[in-house]
Amino acid sequence: MKQQVLVLYLATSALDAQVVGWSRYDGTGRTEPTAGDGDEPPYETGVEALRDGWRLFQASQLIPPYPGHEYDTSFMKHEFFFEKMS
Amino acid sequence: MRTTLLTSAQVAGFVAAGYLRLDGIVPDELNDQAIDVLEAGIPRPPYGTPVTQAYPEGSFARRLIELPAVAGALHSLVGPDPTVDHHAVHVREPHNGHAQPLHADAIIDTRMDAFDVQLMYYPREVTADMGGTLVVPGSHLRRINESDTGRYQNLRGQTRLTCPAGTVMLLHHGIWHGGRRNDSDVRRYMFKIRFNPTVPQVRLWDTSDLDDPAVLAELGRRFPWYEQATGRLEVHNRVRMWRALTNDPSFDVEYWTTRVNNRPGRVA
Repeated sequence: MKQQVLVLYLATSALDAQVVGWSRYDGTGRTEPTAGDGDEPPYETGVEALRDGWRLFQASQLIPPYPGHEYDTSFMKHEFFFEKMS
Repeated sequence: MRTTLLTSAQVAGFVAAGYLRLDGIVPDELNDQAIDVLEAGIPRPPYGTPVTQAYPEGSFARRLIELPAVAGALHSLVGPDPTVDHHAVHVREPHNGHAQPLHADAIIDTRMDAFDVQLMYYPREVTADMGGTLVVPGSHLRRINESDTGRYQNLRGQTRLTCPAGTVMLLHHGIWHGGRRNDSDVRRYMFKIRFNPTVPQVRLWDTSDLDDPAVLAELGRRFPWYEQATGRLEVHNRVRMWRALTNDPSFDVEYWTTRVNNRPGRVA
């Protein structure tokens, strides 16, 4: 059994929010996803990925901004890791 | 030297997106010489060398940056007499299987009231399968360090550059970008120069259209990859940058920046 990983970045912290970014890593070696290889997300929402058989195994925590840095923007905030075994 | 300054709406577009595209503005005469010049290599000046010393009069690089459209855009963004931080020739071989991880150049750079500009020049047409530079519009104000963003492969609204020969892009130093995989049979060339300002970057462009509604429209743009809430902070941070560039501390897009700074009777 080899692991395939799908990372979805969502518009809010809700799993049924719209996908705004995505990455894939393929432990089977059948595909070689890379930066900038597609303009259309694989799913419209995180829940849509669940319905297609992806298992959620990690989600971003909600961490309050550090004092004095409330208006800073940085990494994607709402990151969800999914897996499939094949 | 004749220049063509940018309009306020164009500079606002740069503040929002983090880059400006000048498609096909370099004449074929220069594009035709470019490959030989880039293959031969352009001597790299020490960091912080004035343009006039870095590139002798009549040299390829000097002629490129003295094209009126390029000179005008550079003057509008970094001002007169910038220094050359460094330059590099990027060549992506045919069927080169590795994309660069998404990154911002150099190290984390939090300047809000000053910025460097990176010129990227494409002497040949870049087609979809040639792996033109991946650029994420509106990413330049996010505080990240170099390739810490390498985990992100695709973001909605990303630009996978395709362009005609002779295209120049001018990018804010913080923009997220990366060279993509070249799946074609053709070598891809790009020449990059980073410019440092030597004057305050305040009202350096043609400001006669400062009150044009297009300025507000540009500064209020959302990009498809923005999270709902963080997208508001992007607009707030652009307002801070626009206030610095125009020396107008009362400017706002919505009322967000004004509201959160309203503390009657308190000293900042």
